[in-house]
Amino acid sequence: MSFINTLIKLIEQDRVGRYLFSALLAIAIMVPVLNLLVPEGSSLHLSTYVVTLLGKYLCYALLALALDLVWGYGGILSLGHGVFFALGGYAMGMYMMRQIGSRGVYGNPELPDFMVFLNWHELPWYWFGFDHFWFAVLMIVLIPGLLAFVFGWLAFRSRVTGVYLSIITQALTFAFMLAFFRNEMGFGGNNGLTDFKDILGFELQHGGTRNVLFVLSALALAAGYLLCRYIVNSKFGRVVVAIRDAEARTRFIGYKVESYKLWLFIISAVMAGIAGALYVPQVGIINPGEFSPLNSIELVVWVAVGGRGTLFGAIVGALLVNFAKTFFTGALPEVWLFALGGMFIVVTLFLPRGLVGLYQQSREKYLAGRAA
Amino acid sequence: MKALEQLRETMRRDRVFDFMAGSHLVHPGEIDTRHGPILYVENVNVSFDGFKALNDLTLYIDDGELRCIIGPNGAGKTTMMDVITGKTRPDSGTVFFGQTMDLTRMTEYEIASSGIGRKFQKPTIFPEHTVFENLELAMHMDKGVWSSLQFRLSGEQKDRIEEVMQTINLLAQCHTAAGLLSHGQKQWLEIGMLLTQSPRLLLVDEPVAGMTHQEIEHTAELLTGLAGKHSVVVVEHDMDFIRSIAKKVTVLHEGHVLAEGDMEAIQNDPRVIEVYLGE
Repeated sequence: MSFINTLIKLIEQDRVGRYLFSALLAIAIMVPVLNLLVPEGSSLHLSTYVVTLLGKYLCYALLALALDLVWGYGGILSLGHGVFFALGGYAMGMYMMRQIGSRGVYGNPELPDFMVFLNWHELPWYWFGFDHFWFAVLMIVLIPGLLAFVFGWLAFRSRVTGVYLSIITQALTFAFMLAFFRNEMGFGGNNGLTDFKDILGFELQHGGTRNVLFVLSALALAAGYLLCRYIVNSKFGRVVVAIRDAEARTRFIGYKVESYKLWLFIISAVMAGIAGALYVPQVGIINPGEFSPLNSIELVVWVAVGGRGTLFGAIVGALLVNFAKTFFTGALPEVWLFALGGMFIVVTLFLPRGLVGLYQQSREKYLAGRAA
Repeated sequence: MKALEQLRETMRRDRVFDFMAGSHLVHPGEIDTRHGPILYVENVNVSFDGFKALNDLTLYIDDGELRCIIGPNGAGKTTMMDVITGKTRPDSGTVFFGQTMDLTRMTEYEIASSGIGRKFQKPTIFPEHTVFENLELAMHMDKGVWSSLQFRLSGEQKDRIEEVMQTINLLAQCHTAAGLLSHGQKQWLEIGMLLTQSPRLLLVDEPVAGMTHQEIEHTAELLTGLAGKHSVVVVEHDMDFIRSIAKKVTVLHEGHVLAEGDMEAIQNDPRVIEVYLGE
């Protein structure tokens, strides 16, 4: 009970959070209604394509939230957070791969298509267990968490910080990309995992399943936001910000800085993994491209554009930049990368606190002007 | 025969092996000061790229004592504090906190949580946190990850923080971000953080740098008030300030103790006059 009370109190104190929850609730109801109940000919009808697109954005927003937790609050600029997203995605992909069963092109009930194609005769040991949904869910949490633990333990204990840490995280995701590109790894090589049929017995191509996945993504984002808000408002959050601002000082008043950074990193990695796991059934494919360093850098841009260290900003940034991306890559494909780069430059030079910071600033100015 | 000699060597009864000594065990709140001193710094050497920052430094601080340490620039004052707080490891020598804790084997946070607090030369506070939050962060309590996640401030702790804010004259700035305070106020906030941390031994590096006369007086009162309950080591350049608080003064020179005694004796010591006061 006290836990529920804590949550209620948390929401009561958080005005911006209430806007977010209202907005998420609204789209979680409106989008399925507009898609399923409004007839296709109507101008209000939302196509299933748009539903999936929006679900994808929500997964990105959850990923951005995870990065904001470590970067905005902990000051750990991870340039490889895509690695956790992709690992979560692969775990989900492996489950859906096993669900295909004998419906693959080769009709082999034991092996996924790509293994038959490579002339493999039995399932590698690390694929065992992925026939079960619960096992896959466990791995979605465990694998990114474990990688974050091992990596973070080594890096933070050796007091690797700043640019050096960023470079190592970049190398980490790059290494994973190269490894997953190899056919011998047993994750489908450069084609990755695709051709999924269903999840928990529900057909993936079916509009209803799409809407359920969309609503689940919205729920996950709300839960992720709530978790982050709780962490940030707790004393743990204040210690983490203290570490960001004056690491040595925090150590000298008796905090084990390494443990704090490590746990923050692990929580963030698990959130990124969950985002990846929700993303894959909606886009229908996971391949090593998701590990590419460029993805992780784009993610940093989302958070920077929205405004780091606000949680809300990360979500706004992820949604806006991705809307822009969808628009530009459709309308003016050759312009997109320039637009992205330009956005990053404008934000770094003129909006150090991102769009949310800009809003806060102008609001303060307005209030000050009215008071005068 | 050689083997036998080696065996004899390992069997010597007056010898304690490092791995068996167990002297780095931490017993928070159990600082053994039965023999008087709370801090034993013995034969400590530290060198940076050939420069000897500490040269066979030996120093004892008694429990409840207020000790001032002076010395010209480069005498090794800050390095000494770094060694005590675990920031710098000595090349040789021992540093014991009470009878049982070997500080040269403990990490910074272990040293801090066993009861040594430090105020830095340049005030380092948490700029984005309010004055209240700064004091709360420093407060003596379980500082593990899990307890921080569940932490609720008790009424008692809140009263204590308010008491400290009163003492350091920052009650009005309770909810001001610490980064917005003036230099003197930041110095005080850092002293206040030491108060809520409530360590047995306080290391205070240049507490009155950049303060006005009034502020200096207040700081002197504050530090003398602390002695007795806590042991305080103050490093300072301001001679007037030291004269107003010091009972016992240690003069460092080139990483070594040059003289030790009351202010009177120190001021009349010809060696001290030569290296420091005479300038």
